[in-house]
Amino acid sequence: MHDRVVTVDALGKTYGDVTALAGVSFDVRAGEVFGLLGPNGAGKTTTLECIEGLRPVTSGRLSVLGVDPTRDSRGLHTVVGVQLQDSGMPPHMTVEEALRFTCSYHGVPTREDLLERLGLDHKRTTRFSALSTGQKRRLALAMAVAHRPRLVILDEPTAGLDVPSRVELHQLIREMRADGTSFLLATHDMAEAEDLADRVAILVAGRIVAEGSPLELTAAGEGFTKISVRTRAGSLNLGDELPAVAVRRTVDEYLVVFSREPSATVPAVFSRLAEAGDELIDLRVERPSLEERFLELMKPEAVL
Amino acid sequence: MAFREHFGFQFRTGLRNPTSMLMNYLFPLGFFGLMGLVMTQINPEFTGLLIPSMVIVTLLASTVLGLPGELVEARDAGVYRSFKILGVPAGSIMGIPLLTTLIHAFVASAIIALSAGPLFGGVEPVSWWRFWAITALAAFAFGALAALIGVVSNGARGTVLWSQLVFLPSMLIGGLMMDLELIPEGVRVFSALLPPTHAMQAYLGAAFGVDTPFDPAVSVAVLASGGVLAFALARWLFSWDRGPSGRSHHPAWALLAVVPYVAAVFLV
Repeated sequence: MHDRVVTVDALGKTYGDVTALAGVSFDVRAGEVFGLLGPNGAGKTTTLECIEGLRPVTSGRLSVLGVDPTRDSRGLHTVVGVQLQDSGMPPHMTVEEALRFTCSYHGVPTREDLLERLGLDHKRTTRFSALSTGQKRRLALAMAVAHRPRLVILDEPTAGLDVPSRVELHQLIREMRADGTSFLLATHDMAEAEDLADRVAILVAGRIVAEGSPLELTAAGEGFTKISVRTRAGSLNLGDELPAVAVRRTVDEYLVVFSREPSATVPAVFSRLAEAGDELIDLRVERPSLEERFLELMKPEAVL
Repeated sequence: MAFREHFGFQFRTGLRNPTSMLMNYLFPLGFFGLMGLVMTQINPEFTGLLIPSMVIVTLLASTVLGLPGELVEARDAGVYRSFKILGVPAGSIMGIPLLTTLIHAFVASAIIALSAGPLFGGVEPVSWWRFWAITALAAFAFGALAALIGVVSNGARGTVLWSQLVFLPSMLIGGLMMDLELIPEGVRVFSALLPPTHAMQAYLGAAFGVDTPFDPAVSVAVLASGGVLAFALARWLFSWDRGPSGRSHHPAWALLAVVPYVAAVFLV
């Protein structure tokens, strides 16, 4: 049995007549990166804020490292690091003051290394109000991990980050995970989740609609394989009958089909080309991405 | 260590932030200069009120006019939420800005108190230690009231309204610009509801040895109880987040802070 650092059991949250969360359940295991995926307004931030003790829950049970954050979140800040979606710091506080302030409240020496690591070294004396969105997020991240917490909760950590910063952040997460840190990550960036997360849960309209590893989730979809074909003469077209194909469309010069049995569809493509005397330029057989699976769960017709 | 860092940052903010700098130093010292130059020429008797009235204006500017907006701005910008996840106690979030504001106000007050005599012939107190004790008490009472306004206001507009509700009547009927005795008795009932009136009466009666319409001992007691009650209410009503969802108690409870001042109407 895995050690659980976070347990969310039938979590419910309402705002007046609006139900934000309706029985959300999942757990985060020690040393894993758990991704909470969902579109805007799905309830990701509300879920995280309940876990962080920032919002009272309407129903359900929460446990973070053995502590119920809705009852007693006082000791949690020493073992949990949090990057909020909208991190606010006093506008006149400089970058180095913010880090020193954070470390002083955690009772640890100031982590100067993080400023260099996250590209904020040259911004030490810049005030918070003068930082760009990406710089503010990097500072918030530095503050979240400065005390080497056992659990790090990140809400849309790469939103607004440029590519080098994103790569550096991913590397930092991998290193910390290797050291045993657990991560709970809310994002709508599917590529990020697929790249980083050991397990993900997809949250839609306040409910978990799928949970598992990215591989399990993509395999558990409608079972379609994406086949893209490009030929010299373009003899294949949308009207062709191909076995086991459910959906077809053209994208640029490619015919793209979604097949339930690629072992039957691909030979049929070759036969059709031979009959037409056409020549194959490119053939791609791909597992659907997490993004396609996500869209399928959100709105099946978006993919099919 | 955390307290030192937090306090140090907050103290520097009082100098860095142009609005705080204005409220802590520029406005009160400028007003003092103007009143010292002009008002003492128009009304030579004003020299007897110059030090206490200008110190009260200084304390009001730093606290009631300056602090609530700072607290509301920080809450609405999500600073309190960020602080909460760092483990900053609510008492520090409210208490440290209050403390540093009082220190700045004290510095500006000292400049006024020590220069009013040599510069403008302002009458000096007969008891300096009582003067500083009343200054500390008035600063605490005004500061606690300012913290309460900051905690219960929903936005910047609310802070301006509540702050001016204290500041403007205090200037008009609080006995700062003229002796309270010159104010009609019917109006003095309303004067008794204002903390600066009691600060002024306490200064004049206890530190300057002047006969006052209000018993200075009662005024001191009213300021002390008003300050403690306002601070306790501010701490109790404190919310980490903006909007009604972040509140644990209705802000109308803040009106309890006027109880000592209402009682003063019957006591003085």
